Amino acid sequence: MLYAILCYHDENAVCGWSREQDEAVMGRLMGIQDRLAREGKLGPVARLMPTTAATTLRKDRDPPLVVDGPFAETKEQLLGFYLVEVAGLEEALAIARELGEANPGGAHEVRPVGYAHMGDPAKAITS
Amino acid sequence: MSDLDWIEQALTGARPVAVAALLRYFRDLDTAEEAFQEACLRALSNWPKNGPPRDTAAWLIMVGRNAGVDAARKRSRLEALPDEEKLSDLEDAEGALAERLDGSQYRDDILRLLFICCHPDLPRTGQIALALRIVSGLSVARIASAFLVGESAMEQRITRAKGRVAKADVPFEAPGPAERSERLSAVAAMLYLVFNEGYSAGFDQTEARAPLCDEAIRLTRLLLRIFPTEPEIMGLLALMLLQHSRTAARFDAEGALVLLEDQDRTAWDRPMIGEGLALLDKAMRHNRPGPYQIQAAVAALHARARTATETDWPQIDHLYASLELMQPSPVVTLNRAVAVFKARGAGDALALIEPLEKDLAGYFYFHGARGAFLKDLGRREEARESFDRAIALAGTAAEAAYIRTQLDGLGGYGKRAAS
Repeated sequence: MLYAILCYHDENAVCGWSREQDEAVMGRLMGIQDRLAREGKLGPVARLMPTTAATTLRKDRDPPLVVDGPFAETKEQLLGFYLVEVAGLEEALAIARELGEANPGGAHEVRPVGYAHMGDPAKAITS
Repeated sequence: MSDLDWIEQALTGARPVAVAALLRYFRDLDTAEEAFQEACLRALSNWPKNGPPRDTAAWLIMVGRNAGVDAARKRSRLEALPDEEKLSDLEDAEGALAERLDGSQYRDDILRLLFICCHPDLPRTGQIALALRIVSGLSVARIASAFLVGESAMEQRITRAKGRVAKADVPFEAPGPAERSERLSAVAAMLYLVFNEGYSAGFDQTEARAPLCDEAIRLTRLLLRIFPTEPEIMGLLALMLLQHSRTAARFDAEGALVLLEDQDRTAWDRPMIGEGLALLDKAMRHNRPGPYQIQAAVAALHARARTATETDWPQIDHLYASLELMQPSPVVTLNRAVAVFKARGAGDALALIEPLEKDLAGYFYFHGARGAFLKDLGRREEARESFDRAIALAGTAAEAAYIRTQLDGLGGYGKRAAS
């Protein structure tokens, strides 16, 4: 079962990390990622740039409107995501918990993936 | 990261929003800061037990507001004659307890808090120090070390600046569009001052001053989050990121300044460059060029060149030419001359800066650049004179040392003028 772990965090806090703090968090996360990759459970992982770098295409009108900034103004922002191939929700939550310990604060939304394309034409995944 | 670490990060992150909102309630900087301090103390004792609130800024504003009201009540009971005006203000504040905190109000609050620091009567260092103290919450000791002054001297300077600001009477009503845009550009200029104060530091001061660059970037990101459609704010943030990305390559192991063309480009911070380029891309879609965007575009051309020789100097010359039209200044022309030197040769570059001599006679970079152009043209004696003047005007040891290497490069030809 493929799950997405969507990482929300307060951008004001994350952007305030010193380089050392940032590297420490990333180092811990990469340790977990390496292990998950060895276990064959890790799909694509992304850390997104701050929402100030985002642009949103509003397609609820014609022609669509390009606006600056993220889609939603929220207290915590979507700052990254993981795709993990796991047995089920419990295992996905266990990974989310582990990632959370390495990077406290904010929230991880654990969401089953309905369809994914990993870029390789032979490997579209439908659950 | 320990509990306390992330709480501290959350408090620092929420500080500008929270202090800005508390300033609106209490209309007094000291009261707002004290209320915020109190809220932070309660957060430190409360959050580890009860977990963090969903919205840290809103929590701090609520708790800070209550604490500030309590403190003023206690004070007014102790005072023989309560301050009428203060009391009625507090009633307003209490009435606002039920008010929903919404984004557009935050926006003008934060802008006001930043704008207060841009008071035109304040000297440059006063503006920077005030912003770092009030908005960023850096300790007086840290700010003092960045400015190489004692803590008590800095404390006095900040107190004086606050006194001036308190008399300035920045209105608390939401500003109109014209006023808002004026405030925005004043704040942008102030944030770039903060950045440059950090960026222009010599090698021996980088540790004390590097936080200024980080703070300027953090506050500009915050400004862009509340004004997400302003291309010049995108440009300013891009400019800061692209310049700051070179930090690790700007000094050699001995602390000598390394010129852009000699820097190890693999030491440039790629994620920072990536974000800067992305922001510039966004800004350009607006077709509303401005000085920050143009300067960011210049920095982007450097960032995109894998080696110094790949630099697109004609394009940089072109960008500086538009900047000259938009914001004429001898320093801009001098920058353009460096691009002209690379693109078209020392003769053209020298012709461009000769008329600036009067304006820039006391400017280190003018004499440094003039010396380099003259040297290239083989006019060694004049080059030597320019380099000597540059050394006399050097602001840091690294600058002087760099010019000395240029002098050494002149070899034994000609006579040394004064040294």
